[in-house]
Amino acid sequence: MVKRKKSIAMILAGGQGSRLYSLTQKLAKPAVPFGGKYRIIDFPLSNCVNSGIDTVGVLTQYQPLILNEYIGNGQPWDLDRAHGGVFVLPPYQKSSGSDWYTGTANAIYQNMQFITRYDPDYVIILGGDHIYKMDYSKMLDFHIEKEADCTVAVMEVPKEETSRFGIMNTHEDGKIYEFEEKPVVAKSQLASMGIYIFSIGVLKQYLQDDDNDPISSKDFGKNIIPAMLLNDLRLFAYRFSGYWKDVGTIDSLWEANMDLLDPAKPLDLGSQDWKIYARNAVRPPQFISKTAHVQNSIITEGTEVHGTVDFSVLFAGVVIEEGASVCDSIIMPGTVIKKGAAVQYAIIAENCVIGEDAVVGSRPEDTSDKDAWGVCVIAGGVKVGKGAFVHAKAMIEQDIPDKKEADAE
Amino acid sequence: MKQVLGIVFSNMHDHMVSELTAARCMGSVPIGGRYRMIDFVLSGFANTGIENVGVITKNNYQSLMNHLGSGREWDLARRRGGLVILPPFGNVETSGMYRGRIEALSGIMSHIKSTPGDYVITADCDLLANIDYMPFIKSHIDSGADISVMYKKMHLTGEVTKDLCTFLLDGDDMVRDMLIESEIKGEQNVYINTMMISKDLLDRIVNDCYSRNQFSFEKDVLQSGINRYKIHAFELEGYAVRINNMRMYYEANLGLLNPHVREELFPHDRPIYTKVRDEAPVRYGLDARVSNSLIADGCVIEGEVENSLLFRSVKVCKGAKVKNSIIMQDTEIGANSNLDYVITDKDVIIKDSRMIMGFSTYPVYISKGSNV
Repeated sequence: MVKRKKSIAMILAGGQGSRLYSLTQKLAKPAVPFGGKYRIIDFPLSNCVNSGIDTVGVLTQYQPLILNEYIGNGQPWDLDRAHGGVFVLPPYQKSSGSDWYTGTANAIYQNMQFITRYDPDYVIILGGDHIYKMDYSKMLDFHIEKEADCTVAVMEVPKEETSRFGIMNTHEDGKIYEFEEKPVVAKSQLASMGIYIFSIGVLKQYLQDDDNDPISSKDFGKNIIPAMLLNDLRLFAYRFSGYWKDVGTIDSLWEANMDLLDPAKPLDLGSQDWKIYARNAVRPPQFISKTAHVQNSIITEGTEVHGTVDFSVLFAGVVIEEGASVCDSIIMPGTVIKKGAAVQYAIIAENCVIGEDAVVGSRPEDTSDKDAWGVCVIAGGVKVGKGAFVHAKAMIEQDIPDKKEADAE
Repeated sequence: MKQVLGIVFSNMHDHMVSELTAARCMGSVPIGGRYRMIDFVLSGFANTGIENVGVITKNNYQSLMNHLGSGREWDLARRRGGLVILPPFGNVETSGMYRGRIEALSGIMSHIKSTPGDYVITADCDLLANIDYMPFIKSHIDSGADISVMYKKMHLTGEVTKDLCTFLLDGDDMVRDMLIESEIKGEQNVYINTMMISKDLLDRIVNDCYSRNQFSFEKDVLQSGINRYKIHAFELEGYAVRINNMRMYYEANLGLLNPHVREELFPHDRPIYTKVRDEAPVRYGLDARVSNSLIADGCVIEGEVENSLLFRSVKVCKGAKVKNSIIMQDTEIGANSNLDYVITDKDVIIKDSRMIMGFSTYPVYISKGSNV
């Protein structure tokens, strides 16, 4: 008999993250490196542990290898527990056949057996693609106090951005009476953060009903929440204020990394009372050489900097050679920037080599056509040749050969 | 591979760096920005495939136990074997604190006997080196020696003689003579306190010495046993530094700024493991200026750092200058303070606008938890 748990968390980590393009060709979105030494999934996992939730299911589907390996036995997050801990839950074969997870609700429905093993009163459902620090136990207290069937975490967004989010319209006491998906004209500014707490009975019933509905797209936002509202269940909005960012696009991923460099932004990775845990690379401290200039940046262990680094985030094992400059960029683990190369406004994925004197990306002020400008991306393992030029907003997935002398003239 | 049991003496040589070992043992002396001395020998054992390791403690070992935990970071948290911490008073007969290696080994003989394997390697924590023990093991077995000792060719000036043993070898690398704490100068074969022996012989020697009230392994076994035992010497090549006084401690730390030293100590295929602290990456502020320095995670740098080594979670405030210094973890250096040739131990607070200057041969040491 497995011991009962008051609440368990389920992290939806199966998404492909297609809007991250080449960054998610070989790994799932939650496994994308973030902030110098983390991966995106470290945030929900650490939030769970810091909130006192010790049983977490991670639902994977798309390119799960790196994510599986990364989560391992859950030890870095203190989730290697005798009772509970972290479990990676891929789709599996059943006697009735096998199904991929066809939607967020379906993914949870297929793992109902896992949930009922712990016989929890509440299930917390989280996305695997947001950067934030949040105490789920406070949200759970709110859920219990309101005697809610379902609580949705919301945060106030600027009026002009409401059309990008699912908007919750509430009464004064926080009770939700209407949900609008990406409304053109919004009645409120409370956007759903994709964080739900369900009371177990309601969750079981609605997932079962939803599964029986052949035209449902098996999605929490599109089907489950509207169905519950239709039946006038007690749905409440839990207001969150603090740093929260969806990192589902290249631009937002870049911005969220840059937010770490801004002391005014309320996301402090260094705070001791709400640490974000990660699987650590076994590397010596970073070395900043005599020829280096480092400012306004975040750099982690195992890097060697001999060039200039400004407004950038450097991951473990990155080497910046002498005379190279990296500005307003994100350089993921193991990448080498060779002598004299210039990288600006770029995201360079893992284990790339940027050849000598190559130029990658450009500053917005140096671009004549502002619409053609954007953050440039180099996919994992790509070699950019000597003296090569990669223009802004490019998405490079193939090696670029060295530039020949003749071309240079 | 024949199974080998590793034994680490965590307290030997504590007196060599008495300032640093006031509240800790040699094994837990911080080094290299994020390591403790014991990490090097433990990682060496782990990378060699030695799966049973006992750590002998004597005093001040609280910080060491805290550091080692279950041994997971060194992949030594095993169901079978793994890391075992061996505190003193392991045996009712050896009442009182052990006086030397023999008594320490005598106290843990039952542990050694009950651990599978035919050989024992013992090592101390005063050596900064990343050692692959496999060639040593092989040479011990191939040479047919009773005891193998590891040495390093070092240039001696005759100044520091404490804990110093040197060997005279014959053409077959067998030990012919051994000098203990002599003022010998020039290039010498210096014992680096690492030896290998079969379990049976170790048991006999320890019992024998114990009954004669002998407790020094160096004097009573190696030196007096030169004619009785076949003692084979193995030369350690590559980078290795003995931390035998504060000056060496200072030089060994700053020596890591040399890329060749880092390559030898931290090769990719033989990493040095240590306890994970889950610190955020280093944050460099607007006016940060850093040159020729090693910086560990968790630091926040808004001032200037030059030719220095910063341990985890050090804060250098605006306008502060840190030169030629070793700053241990959780130290805070206030605005406009100026440090040159300084070693600060853990948790030191240097308030705003302080000036502390030492000299290259005599760095100023500021003890743990001080408030300047």
